[in-house]
Parts: sequence; structure tokens; C-alpha cells
Amino acid sequence: MILFGATFIIYNLTAMSGDPLADLRLSTEENAQLLLELQTEQLQLDIPAPIRYFLWLEGALGFLWGDFTLGIGLDGAPVLTALSLAIPVSIRLVIVATILSIIIGISIGIVSALRQYSRFDYSVTFSAFLFYSLPIFWVAVLLKQFGAIGFNDFLVDPQISLGWGLAICAASGVFWSGVIGGSKRQIATTFAMAFATTGLILSYVSATRWLSDPSLGPIVIALTAVGIALGITQLSVGFNNKRALFTSLLIAGLTPVFYFLMQPVFDDTFTFELLLLLALLAVVVGYGIGFIFGGDEKAPTARTTAMVAFLSASLIVLDRFMQDWKIYYEEVTFGRPIRTVGDSTLELDANFWITGIDVFTHLILPTMALMLISLAGYLRYSRAAMLETLNQDYIRTARAKGINERTVVMRHAFRNSLIPLTTIMAFDFAGVLGGAIITEQVFAWRGMGTIFNQALQRIDLNGVMGVVLITSISALVFNLIADLIYSALDPRIRVTK
Amino acid sequence: MTNNQNSIQSDEANLEQRETAGLSQSQIIKRRFFRHKAAMISLVTLLLIILFVFSAGGIQLGTQDQPIRLPGWWQWTINDIPEIYDEGRPTLDLIPPFIDGTGMQIGPHPFGQDTIGKDYFALVMRGAQQSITVMFVIGLVAATIGTVLGAVSGFFGKWVDQAIMRFTDLIITVPSIIVGAVIGVQIGNLGVFFLAIFLGLFTWTGLARLVRAEFLSLREREFVDAARVAGADNRRIIFKHILPNAMGVVIVSVSLLMSSAILLETGLSFLGFGVLPPDVSLGLLISQNQDSFGIYPWLFWWPGLFIVTIALCINFIGDGLRDAFDPRQKRKITKKDREIAKAAKAKSVA
Repeated sequence: MILFGATFIIYNLTAMSGDPLADLRLSTEENAQLLLELQTEQLQLDIPAPIRYFLWLEGALGFLWGDFTLGIGLDGAPVLTALSLAIPVSIRLVIVATILSIIIGISIGIVSALRQYSRFDYSVTFSAFLFYSLPIFWVAVLLKQFGAIGFNDFLVDPQISLGWGLAICAASGVFWSGVIGGSKRQIATTFAMAFATTGLILSYVSATRWLSDPSLGPIVIALTAVGIALGITQLSVGFNNKRALFTSLLIAGLTPVFYFLMQPVFDDTFTFELLLLLALLAVVVGYGIGFIFGGDEKAPTARTTAMVAFLSASLIVLDRFMQDWKIYYEEVTFGRPIRTVGDSTLELDANFWITGIDVFTHLILPTMALMLISLAGYLRYSRAAMLETLNQDYIRTARAKGINERTVVMRHAFRNSLIPLTTIMAFDFAGVLGGAIITEQVFAWRGMGTIFNQALQRIDLNGVMGVVLITSISALVFNLIADLIYSALDPRIRVTK
Repeated sequence: MTNNQNSIQSDEANLEQRETAGLSQSQIIKRRFFRHKAAMISLVTLLLIILFVFSAGGIQLGTQDQPIRLPGWWQWTINDIPEIYDEGRPTLDLIPPFIDGTGMQIGPHPFGQDTIGKDYFALVMRGAQQSITVMFVIGLVAATIGTVLGAVSGFFGKWVDQAIMRFTDLIITVPSIIVGAVIGVQIGNLGVFFLAIFLGLFTWTGLARLVRAEFLSLREREFVDAARVAGADNRRIIFKHILPNAMGVVIVSVSLLMSSAILLETGLSFLGFGVLPPDVSLGLLISQNQDSFGIYPWLFWWPGLFIVTIALCINFIGDGLRDAFDPRQKRKITKKDREIAKAAKAKSVA
């Protein structure tokens, strides 16, 4: 019903905004008159807009009886075909940006809530406000300039200058000491350690020109996997659970073995479906190992090991992508890898790995632009939700029972603070889908935003309506999902009607 | 640990009580707001920007074809095309001479000149005026519609509520970019004022929902019954009794609405649907100059700087207002506060 009313309004508003045939009317070509009549007939422009809407509606409702059409655009191509090409492009852009901003936003927001009124908290709050006030087109143009042109110039001779290196080290030191917090002495130690580690990594990267030919190799993979195992175990079950710790370390230790086992499988005929299958396999194997060795706490251990297995497997895949980076860098892009235009290189005929890198280099800048904007919302909401939860009585009860702080934060507070966030996630996903119009315009992606924009500029009613239909349906669906999830997660909420 | 926390909590309660004793609600809110540093700095900055922008560029009323101009103090207007000076680079130099050797100066074109030589300072001033106008008009229109519809919907409930809420859902689905496009073509030359009014007609939905929720809970309260028994009619109850209690929600969400309004206008103009040339808007300036970033970076920096500053100020003001209106909000107890509290305690014991 709402959909009907909204589409009716939009149809007529768009129709009012101008004359779709203005170009042809002014055209001086001989066959202009003929084309004019042809277009009028094809798009039934001789029928007034309010009535024409019902003709469109008949086509749109056609999916009920299998005669689905959204009409044809001004260029004569069916809107449905154009949309079916554009939707995957838009979704690719939106999903990556949304997922990344959810993960980063929530984790930083929660740390900032745990360190309320600290310097870290204030700077996070300030950056959230700043990101909120940034116009996305401005950010996008800036990213184009510095992220693409600047970085590509830098890649020609990837030496990090001393000043920049020190600045990055100091920034990393400030960030980590803010996250970990503690007494003045602890802060100083964390700062020094983060500074030194970043410095080591940077000088290694700079000295070996790692950025123009990146690779991880089995040793780095093994070390990172052990780091992941320690980190995940500490966060999810704590070091006191020796079984979980040893099991995840075991998986991390197996990673280099799998590295060598997998190399022949990762050949040129690799496909995306195979990758999904392997990811699933990694999770299942990890879960299984955790379940077998879990002892008394099977489920938490299995969850931990599954995560460790998945992340370690990702490292191996990442390394495989890196092996082809040099080929991509030199042969496909001729030394300008980060792209500012389009969603993929046209007529790229390469194996799975190079295509993957290609998607990545096109995706990175628009994703960063979109992310920066929606990150602000997640930072603020997750901080507020976490503070609200930490003030609840059950948190005090948990602390009074003597449960250690990690369990209180991760199990009692964190999980409950996620409940209100689910609603926002659903809204955000629907919102970003429509809101990528400007980003797509700046980076010249051929997604839904571009179709909408072009159609609106040419007063191409069917094109506009196609996009509107999809975005409003997805908004309605996500609203419904949000309501359902919320009432399922929070038993205090009951949907009554 | 717990003992310590308890004493801190009671300290906080004491402090709060002592500070607010004998003050009316609006005085408490004012005090809280004035104490919010970031909000106060933003408020002053915003007022200065408004004053600066409107006095520098002068005020232009009426339509694009028949403008009525009140000249400002700046020497160029957006229509002048002076000669190119120093390749159009900005002449503004705020770095004192002992750092870079050149003197501090404003020069003939502080923000530089654009590709055809127009003074960029005048253009940016005009653009900022437009954005500020849009922001306030959208805020005003949306606040009025949203408050009235939300109030009526929440107060009367039943089928009125149903009808209004379905109407709200309907408006939410209409993308504002379409509204902008339609207005741009239909009444584009009437100026930014009308654009803002029409955008305001489509952006009140979030506010209406919030006000409705507030009214739903407030109308069950005793003071409403008391007013009814005293013989007040519905209009009086809505506007004199309930609305003042819901003002916090309205003010806070209008301020947030205004900051998104400025981004909406600049975004629309960037896409070419909002303010149309020959008139100027900050979004339009960025859109026109985005390709020349490498050669004329200042054409890109100045308008962006103004957008970000204005939006940031409004956001901080909104945050300060929210803190001021929220009775649960506890402010951070500073060292000084604690000393004062200690002194007062010692005094009362003695």
C-alpha cells in the first residue's frame, strides 16, 4: 500500500520535472521528427502521466503472473536488463563497506565506552562528529587525489621517508596505548612497544620494497597465525582455558603445512565457488578440532578454533593473491594500480587471482569513502549502547559474583549491547544501498546509483522507477527484518498488532 | 571498590542537587548548555561565520532575474570577472613573517580566483550564505510540520494516528534527490529559498515520529488529566501543556536535522539537482572544480572547509543540547568540583 502510494508520487513528480524528449525537439537532424514519434509511441508519452503510471504498475505487478516488465528506458533497452547488471555492482560496493564499518565501528566504539572520559574516548567522539559532518563527495574527491594519484606516485619508489615513518609510529603508539589504557607506566610501555613494532615493520616494508612486490611467505603466515590464535583465545575464552589455548595454537601451527599443501590447488583454474567451499571447510575442520579437544567446554572452544582456522586460512589465500600482485601491477595497470574510475577493468581476461586483485583495487577507494561516513554512526551508537548496558544491574551482579572483567565485558555486556545495534544495521544497509548514488557518480561505477542519476537527468521515467522500486522494497524488507530480529533477541519486546 | 563507588555516586548526587537547587527547569538546561565547552565554542564559531559570510557578500534577495542587492563590504561580487592575479592563487597569508619570511596579508583575492577569474572569496561567501539559508529554512519548515503532525498523531491516537503514520511512511520512501530534481526544474530560478521550503516538506518524517512517541507517553500523565479537569480544550493541552515538555526532543532532533540538511543541499547541488548555475552553492563549486584539483587545489579546499565547519558546529551544538535536556545525563566530576564538594562537606560538619 505504501509502496503503491510512494511509487505513484515519485512517478508523477519525475514526470513533472521535465520533458524527456527535449533533446529530440531541439535536434536539427532530418529524422528527428520520426524519432520523436517513435519514442512517443514506445514510451506511450501521449498518455498523461497519472494514467501512464497504471500501465507501468501493470508491468511491475506482472511478476505475479509471470509477465514481469519494468518498461524500456529512453535508450530503448529494457530497464530490467540494465538493473540486473547494476545490482551486483552496487551490492558489492555496499556489502563490503557496511561490513567493514560495522566491525571497525563497533569494536572502536566499545573500547571507547570502556575507557569513558579518557583521552582516547574524547578523540573517538570528536572523530565521529567530524566524519558525520563530512560531505561524501568531498571525501571521495580527496581520496581520489591522495589515495589514488598520490599512492600510485609513491609506489614508483616505495621508500617511506623518516619524517612520515616517525609520524606513523607515533600515531600507532598513541592509538594502542589509548586502547589498552591502564596506569601511566603501562601506557608508556604500550606506547614504546607499539612504536618499536610499527617502526620495525615499516623499515622492513621500506627496505625490501615490499609494497611493489608484497608477499607473506610461510614464516610470516605462521607467526601471524599464532598471534591470531592468542588474540582470539584471550578475547573469547581467556588464557585460563588451557585446552582452548593449546588447540588454537595447534591449528595456528598447522597453518604452514596447509600453506604448502594448498599451493598446487591455487592454480589458474581456481574459481570463486571453490574458494567458498574451502572457507567452509576451514571453518568446519576448525570447529571439529575444537569440539574433539574441547573437554568440558566444547562449544566455546570449538567457536574459538573455528575462528582461528578461518582467519589463518584467509592468510594463506591473501598470500596467494599477493603472489600475483606484481603481474597485475606491471602488466595490467602499468604501474598505476589504485583505480579511480569504474568498477572493474574492461575486457580483463585473467585468472581468478588477478581478477580478484582487480576488484580490490577498484573497490578500495569508494569503500573507504562510504565507510568513513557510516563508521561515524556505528561509533556513536555502539558507544552509547555499551555505556547503557554497563550501567545495568546484571553487570553489577556479574561483577559481584567475582566473574573476571573479560567475561563481564565480552559475555555479559558486549552481547547485550549488540541488540539495539541490529536495528541500526538493518536500516543502514537499506540506507547505504540508496545512498551510494554520489559515491558511484564520483568513481564512475555502473551501479544502481548511476542508472538512477542518469535516468533522472534525462527524465527517463522507467529507469527512475526501476531503481526506486528496488530501493523501497529493500527498505521495507530490512525494516521488517529489523523488527523480527529485535523481538527475537530481546524478549521484553513483543510485536503486538 | 564498591564502597568507593557508592561514595562517588552520592557525591555526584549531592553536587547535582546543590547546583540545581532553587532553579527552574529552563535555567538548569541553560546552565548545563553553557557549561558544555564544545557546544559553546561551536555556537560562537557558527554565529561568527554567519555574521562574516552575510556581511562580506552582501545580501541578495529576489529571483535570479530581478535581484535586489544589499552590497557587502567585500569589493567583488560573484558576477565580476577581475583580471587574473598571480595565476589565481590565493593571496591570503596568515603565517607570520618570522616563519616563512613573507608578511601577513589578505591581498586582492584571499581565496584565489576560479578558472575564468571570478573572485573565489565572493563565490564561497555566496555559497555559504545559500547553505546557511537552506539549513535554517529546512529546519524551520520540517520542525513545524513534524511537530504539529507528530503532536496530533500522538495525542489523538486511533485512526488519526494510523492515517498520519502511514502518510509519514509514504513520504519517507520518496528519495529527496527526486524532490530536488523536480524543484530544480520547476522553480529552480526562484532561488535557494524555495528549494529549501520544498525539501523541508519532505524531511520532517523522523521528527514527527519522535514527537509522536513523546506525546504517546506524555498524554497519559497526571498533569494532562488535571488540565482537562480544569476545562482546557485539546488545543490548549497540546500546545500549552504537553508540547513544552516535549521541547527537548524537538530542539535536539531539529539541530541534527539541520546538519544533515546542509549535507543534503550540497550533495544535491553536487549532482546538479539543487542550486543551478549561474547561482552559486558550495556543493556546486566543488562539483565544478573537482577535476582541476591537481592544478587549482584551493578551488576545492575552501568550499569543503566551510561545509565541514558549519556541519561540525551544528552537530556539536546538537550534542550540547542533548546533554542539557537529558535529565539522566551526569557530567564528569572534575577535580575542582570534588574539592568544592569536600570543602562544603567539611563546613557542614563543622
